[in-house]
Amino acid sequence: MAWTRKHLLDLESLSKAEIVEILDTAASFKEVSGRSVKKVPALRGRVVVNLFYEASTRTSNSFALAAKRLSADTMSFSSSGSSVSKGETLIDTAKNIEAMGVDAFVIRHSAPGAPHLLARHTQCSVINAGDGCHEHPTQGLLDIFTIREKLGKVAGLTVAILGDIRHSRVARSNAHGLRKLGARVILAGPPTLVPPAIAAALGVEVSHDIDAVVEQADALNCLRIQFERKAGRFFPGVREYAAIYGLNEDRMKRAKPGAIIMHPGPINRGIELTPELADGDRSVILQQVSNGLAVRMAVLYLCMGVGAQSVAAREEVEA
Amino acid sequence: MPTLLLKNGRVFDPSSKLDKTADILIDLQSGTIEGIGKNLKPPPGAEMLDCSDLLVCPGFLDIHVHFREPGFTAKETIASGSAAAVHGGFSTVVTMPNTDPPLDNSSAIAYQYLKAEQAGMARVFPMGCITKGRAGEELAALGLLARAGAVGFTDDGACVNSSFLVRSALEYARALGKVVVEHCEDHDLSNGAVMHEGKVSAALGINGYPSAAEEIIVARDIRLAKLAGARIHVQHISAKGSVSLVREAKKKGAKVSAEVAPHHLLLTDECCRDFDANYKMNPPLREPSDLDACLEGLLDGTIDCFASDHAPHTTEEKSQEFVETPNGVIGLETNIGVLLTHLVHKNKLPLKRFVDAWTASAARVLDLPGGSLKVGGPADVTILDLDLRWQVDPARFKSKARNCPFAGWKLKGAPVYTLVGGKVFPAIGATMKVPAKQKSARSR
Ligand SMILES: [Zn+2]
Repeated sequence: MAWTRKHLLDLESLSKAEIVEILDTAASFKEVSGRSVKKVPALRGRVVVNLFYEASTRTSNSFALAAKRLSADTMSFSSSGSSVSKGETLIDTAKNIEAMGVDAFVIRHSAPGAPHLLARHTQCSVINAGDGCHEHPTQGLLDIFTIREKLGKVAGLTVAILGDIRHSRVARSNAHGLRKLGARVILAGPPTLVPPAIAAALGVEVSHDIDAVVEQADALNCLRIQFERKAGRFFPGVREYAAIYGLNEDRMKRAKPGAIIMHPGPINRGIELTPELADGDRSVILQQVSNGLAVRMAVLYLCMGVGAQSVAAREEVEA
Repeated sequence: MPTLLLKNGRVFDPSSKLDKTADILIDLQSGTIEGIGKNLKPPPGAEMLDCSDLLVCPGFLDIHVHFREPGFTAKETIASGSAAAVHGGFSTVVTMPNTDPPLDNSSAIAYQYLKAEQAGMARVFPMGCITKGRAGEELAALGLLARAGAVGFTDDGACVNSSFLVRSALEYARALGKVVVEHCEDHDLSNGAVMHEGKVSAALGINGYPSAAEEIIVARDIRLAKLAGARIHVQHISAKGSVSLVREAKKKGAKVSAEVAPHHLLLTDECCRDFDANYKMNPPLREPSDLDACLEGLLDGTIDCFASDHAPHTTEEKSQEFVETPNGVIGLETNIGVLLTHLVHKNKLPLKRFVDAWTASAARVLDLPGGSLKVGGPADVTILDLDLRWQVDPARFKSKARNCPFAGWKLKGAPVYTLVGGKVFPAIGATMKVPAKQKSARSR
């Protein structure tokens, strides 16, 4: 299929074919990572800007490296020590950077919809690297990529997403993407951390019984409790949480033989996931990280690539 | 004596049971109505306004607007707000006291009256705060506020969460013959949320607040009003459960009234899907069943009147991230058009109830003058063209603000003139560049 999008704002608006296109492109880029010279010239001369309003070394490094492997130039702006912390609006900041002649913004922001707002005000590509509790599309894609790689398919599988659903952009992106590819998705966690209307909103199942969910799942994606978003107010304490909702070896005895354990990191070890499991045979956590690079290369390549450009040019003619 | 004749209009006033083609004669010196009847003979030299095919109603009242002065004059001033009012078909407005400084003292009330008089357009009646500085901690000087002309008391924008203070305010207001007016929101439960809690907020990852946060306070205030033997008015009702509570209370004879904003009758939380801050207000847009309940409440009299909650903000403020932008949308210049188009013309709301809810019923809630066409009464008149086709273009608004959720909407029906004490102001329907017939012939 021909890729036509300039932005990647969320997985909710992507079609199944578009998601598959990204995954397939990522698979071909993963091959590049295995070479001794790990660079391709696809985006030579183009500039990718990381605009991070929330701290994140992991995701920003992953995007920066992905851009470099495509031979793009990279810049990064973080919220501390720049005009961002001096009260400049998002749009003003972006327009000032855009004036330097950049091609894409990779944006992380605490406000849901910030990438959507930016996309309305810029000519550049906008890639959402996490907007508040809304979506984190590349994380969703890399999780799905990892499931497909490890289990050979997505359709027909049961994927459980465990923990702090309320505050999780990862859960929302995963749910949208997995559902489109035909997986069964169960969101499970304490009732207060699973928003009341989320099942209807995302077309998924909801459970508060972790043991029952573990028995059914082909993949278990544990989410980090977002203490930074005051998630602690929603449950009585971490000991209680670990005992009732955490994933531990004892609980995993019920799991299917081939079930894999995932985590988007960083892990609250011993709370949502025990160290033994995080580092154990079922864990694919490090593969998720390396797949993240391939997925982000694919996203940058497609959104900034020749196909997307010609669409942008066409839009201008029509407008 | 200068005289104005409103000639040959369909004179329509539910409170006086008037619906007939007639003339209205206005004494411009006193600003009062001198006569209503067929073929009135104007004195020589009288001015005349041809009202053929137009609906001539009592001047409309919008009892919930924010004019931002003093303190936030980049958003709106009393002059720009008054201009928006008459342009939108409103001869009278009631301003909310959440200015800076807030209207919690008599000189602040006097200041708004003075500014309104200088502007010389709509009649402007300010409300005073319930608590000092709107801080929710101590009662404001309600007696002095009333003496200065405050027409009611509210901390609008915030709810008074202390039941003790609300009870005290109600007792005080009873003695003053005034109404306590509440923005109903349990802040502990809503907890800084920025939209309705439901499917949409769950999908967007935005902190929403449940209807229960409004209903809890509606229920509490009905109880407290009964306890104090006083009147309570529920502002911008938005939730199904609140409508039921008011309905039940009214059946039992409680002294409670309620208003509803056009956006709470026409828009749902689905509008927030694109993170457009022009759909962000408080109380938030809710679900289709809430809209249905509000309309039902309006039809059976549970909800007394309309009110826009006209809340101007600058374009800069409204083009921030959704969660960061201030709450509120403007309404004065679209109120009439959107309701005529989507409720009256679609036969969901009788014209009579539509006019009543903007006139006599709105006046009654706060004991305001006006709301009816009477010989000897003030010549406040709103003249509508029910068939005028137009499109909402915020660039044409007289309001300073552009945060309008109805931008681009194609409408049928608009105000064409607003009279305040006999003084004629062209309204948005009259400032249309293309006359109705040409427009409809040309469009598509
Ligand atoms: Zn309010």
